[in-house]
Amino acid sequence: MIRTAGLTKRFGEVLAVDSIDLDVRPGDVYGFLGANGSGKTTSVRMILGLVLPTSGTVELLGQPMPRGGHRVLPRVGTLVEGAAAYGHLSARANLNLHDASGGPAGRSTRRRRIDDVLEQVGLAGTGRRPVKAFSLGMRQRLGLAAALMSQPELLVLDEPTNGLDPQGIREIRELLLRLNDNGATIFLSSHLLTEVEQMCTRVGVLDRGRLVVQDELANLQALTGRSVVHTSEPAAALAVLDGRVEKRDGERLVVRADDPAALNALLVGRGVPVHELVAERRTLEQVVLERSEPGPVG
Amino acid sequence: MIAVELRKLARRPRTWATLLMLDLLPTTVAVLLAVTHLGPRPGQGPAFLSAVLSNGTLFSVAALAIVLPLFLPVAVAVIAGDSIAGEAQAGTLRYLLTRPVARSRLLVAKLVSVLVFVLVAVVLVAGTGFVVGKLLLGGQPLTASTAVTSVSGSTLTPVQVALRTLLAIGYVALSMIGVAAMALLLSTFTDSPLSATLGALAFLIGSSLLLTLDAARGLAPYLPTRYWLSFIDLFRDPILWRNVERGVLLQLVYVAVLLGAAWANFSSKDITS
Repeated sequence: MIRTAGLTKRFGEVLAVDSIDLDVRPGDVYGFLGANGSGKTTSVRMILGLVLPTSGTVELLGQPMPRGGHRVLPRVGTLVEGAAAYGHLSARANLNLHDASGGPAGRSTRRRRIDDVLEQVGLAGTGRRPVKAFSLGMRQRLGLAAALMSQPELLVLDEPTNGLDPQGIREIRELLLRLNDNGATIFLSSHLLTEVEQMCTRVGVLDRGRLVVQDELANLQALTGRSVVHTSEPAAALAVLDGRVEKRDGERLVVRADDPAALNALLVGRGVPVHELVAERRTLEQVVLERSEPGPVG
Repeated sequence: MIAVELRKLARRPRTWATLLMLDLLPTTVAVLLAVTHLGPRPGQGPAFLSAVLSNGTLFSVAALAIVLPLFLPVAVAVIAGDSIAGEAQAGTLRYLLTRPVARSRLLVAKLVSVLVFVLVAVVLVAGTGFVVGKLLLGGQPLTASTAVTSVSGSTLTPVQVALRTLLAIGYVALSMIGVAAMALLLSTFTDSPLSATLGALAFLIGSSLLLTLDAARGLAPYLPTRYWLSFIDLFRDPILWRNVERGVLLQLVYVAVLLGAAWANFSSKDITS
């Protein structure tokens, strides 16, 4: 759906994006992670043909960008660096203009599609209220509504949950997952690890313009070969596990053990009460910190 | 896209406020003239004002002459300066371009909507001038039997006056398109509509200033405001075409060059707004 090769952007002296090779496949919920200033938005803008690459190529839905944009962009919904709308107009009037600027196609269904997306994002009750009276979260919902208007195959969303409260974030997350179930591919850029961890199937991590990770989330969250044990008698457990405990934190022990079931059997067999036992997985945060270079973001 | 841009223009309260203001100034002048009967002496003050006291039908042209030096260019520069930079500042430009609207099409649509505004503004000013002139200042009705005195002193038939007024409207509109092209060009360079508008006005003020300077006489034929008021020559008898022709040619060259530059800049620009 999105494929870039050696994509590079230089703003004067600053190398904003450094030869990245993105690969977003059909059906993915792709999380594009990176700190503020790591080049996420510049990459997104190059993918959409807003910023022209210094070198490298972008292929969007099989077409080279920006040349093929007029063919494929109608099938892409976008939300780039915050939603934007005409403040003196209502949500409905804004969506109407947005849709009409794509040409006369879909005119007959416009009204119904506007009703649908306003319902989907939870703005159905705003009526004639001008957008300038909207909260940040409502504007963000309106931006999302605009992205959904043309029932796109691909959604390119830059920080979609910006400005939303926890309840709103949850609603939007469920909406996006529902769209993904219905076949839409989602490319989501974010600086929030948890957001990506909760939603995405594939992850790309950008660190100071370079793509340092690109893999399935499941692969990244591989087992570490350790188990975490909660016990009310840590001293007894320490005695049983002699030398295999890597870390002790009160009643929480991190134990080197490939097979949690065997570990459990061992502890219970020796009369150590086990309150909780889980195989440890690496968190996305660990992966990101490992692969990113230390030091301040340039 | 043109229809969408016209809808945007029509739905902005500012558009209507601007048009109202444009018509208010000539109306005020007409009221003052009607009440005081104190017209400027021939050769002084805005063009035609000395003539309108005796014949109100000429007030539509006088109204154009009143708004042309400052009011009309300001209004046009505001609308045209806002065209691209306003979308950039509001953040809507990136959504238009990924809708997608081709950059050249967006530029053309913006240009056309500014042109429509210019034409509506000019026609409305002329129309308002005609109506208030007739109502407040009176004069002979425009029938075939009466005649209007031209600037040169001879008489013009009402048909001649009507035709020449139309020509004058066209000429003033073209002059304003030059302003619009300048503001549009600047609008593709900056994300601040205010900068684009003021930049275009600075360009015009600079031109007007140089026109008053003897040392800049060599430059005068090439300055954009040099022939702005030459539409008065259309009301001489016979019509003095020389300056009108030069004015048309000069504006066309300015418009072509400025729009070409606007297109070249906008079509290859990184949109980071």
